[in-house]
Amino acid sequence: MPEALRLEGVRAGYGATVVLEDVGFSLAERDALAVLGRNGVGKTTMLATIMGLTTFHAGRIEFRGRSVDRLAVHERSRLGIGYVPQTRDIFPSLSVEENLAVAGRPGRWSQERVYDLFPRLAERRAHMGNQISGGEQQMLAMGRALMGDPSLLLLDEPLEGLAPIIVDTLLAAIQRLAREESLTVVLVEQSAKLALEVTDQALVLNRGRIVYSGSSAELLADPERLGSLVIAG
Amino acid sequence: MNHPVGYNADHRLRWTEWLPWVVALAVFFLLPDYLSLGARVLTYILFALSLDLILGYAGIITLGHAAFFGLGAYVTGILSAKLGVNDPLLQMLCSACAAGLLGLATGALVLRTHGLTQLMLTLAVAAVCLEVANKATPVTGGADGLSGVTVAPILGLFRFDMYGRTAYLWCLVLVFGGWWLIRRLIYSPFGAALTGIRENSVRMHAVGAPVYKRLLTVYTLSAAIAGIAGALLTQTNQFVGLNVLGFEPSGELLVMLILGGVGRLYGAFVGPLVFLIAQDFLARQFPEYWYFGIGLMLVVVVLFARGGILGISDAVIARMRRKA
Repeated sequence: MPEALRLEGVRAGYGATVVLEDVGFSLAERDALAVLGRNGVGKTTMLATIMGLTTFHAGRIEFRGRSVDRLAVHERSRLGIGYVPQTRDIFPSLSVEENLAVAGRPGRWSQERVYDLFPRLAERRAHMGNQISGGEQQMLAMGRALMGDPSLLLLDEPLEGLAPIIVDTLLAAIQRLAREESLTVVLVEQSAKLALEVTDQALVLNRGRIVYSGSSAELLADPERLGSLVIAG
Repeated sequence: MNHPVGYNADHRLRWTEWLPWVVALAVFFLLPDYLSLGARVLTYILFALSLDLILGYAGIITLGHAAFFGLGAYVTGILSAKLGVNDPLLQMLCSACAAGLLGLATGALVLRTHGLTQLMLTLAVAAVCLEVANKATPVTGGADGLSGVTVAPILGLFRFDMYGRTAYLWCLVLVFGGWWLIRRLIYSPFGAALTGIRENSVRMHAVGAPVYKRLLTVYTLSAAIAGIAGALLTQTNQFVGLNVLGFEPSGELLVMLILGGVGRLYGAFVGPLVFLIAQDFLARQFPEYWYFGIGLMLVVVVLFARGGILGISDAVIARMRRKA
């Protein structure tokens, strides 16, 4: 399988503050990767760095064989990197439909396909961004990222603070995106067990460095090791 | 979560949106002595609409919008007084193009900056335009202004009369056109993108939106509309002076928009109406202290009605609905 994403010796952070130190891994196309670790170890910073939202100090980021570490955020997005931030960042003054429309680009994803993935959004299409629930906002944030027709989807704690029924819906959607829609997925998640169940590969970060890189199934099957690396969900 | 301003998912025209036009036509028939003031109000409404487009919807803060208004005014003045071009439509077109080009050229620089730097750059553009108009006396008339502006009948049919009837209707038609264009724009995907940029430009970058290009497009369009407003002022006054350029008209326009309500579309109607009528009334009653009244009004609105006068009416309607 060709490579979707490769990081080599990445050193990045915010201004002079370095958060990620010598981070490197590669991810094949259509693979799903779980990024785990305790709070403040650099998981969000890693996704933000891939997207170009941090200060990049050193290293190399390749997306489908092309170096992207010097590209602007919107250029990375247009190449096919979709990003769903932890804060969701829904536009409150725009309706659900308009939130999707502003991110729309020609490709495989239309509003109807997003509504097919998240039928609840179809019912809320005329509601403003600040008039929908947290779970619906998360669906909208994912739908908005999909409207840009990405081949790599970066998801930053999409399940945080949501009701179990919504978590199930989102996990099913993530699985569908990875398996049926051939998307490469990077999933940052506090709940290690949930993340490992829907991914092929796993990374564990500690203090900005990778301390585990391997199969999700293996890590899930070794609760002792998993517990020593992260606080399991 | 931010309070949504100026945007409604329902794009259909509401009956209340016809009210300004009904009132404007009623003024024409019922208050013929006030048509001159009415034309001035309409001109400033168009000018305020152009500012609302970039400030209220795209979030571009400016203190130099008068540069485009003034350029539009001077282009029409120079065309008529110096070059003998008196066709009002041609004057309007040239003013819009000149102001649009200035918007494009200055926007290319201004929109690469943010916050205080952006504010100072817009102010600098207006100051430079003022100084150019002041020094280029042979062309602009300098401090004396440019008189001798004549306007040919519109479409060869409607002559500007001494009662200001044609001028008033001409302003009304252009304001209607400007309102229609801006309304279409803000309810289009382009308008939704502007709202997105205003609310979170980083997120818009991350979804791949060409933020800078969209801002430059709207800035240029806004400048062209401000240029048309400037041309209207020259055509209706048949004179243009330095008072159309610089910080003062830019600041006054901002005050008008804040009074009416920023990012509400119709705040650009209410603000100039209240400001100019108050100015007219206060200047007659208290010739030396009229600005005190305007200042007091602004302080009250800023302290107690962040959404401007329209914000007050929205709050009252919401309270009545809750009680009902």
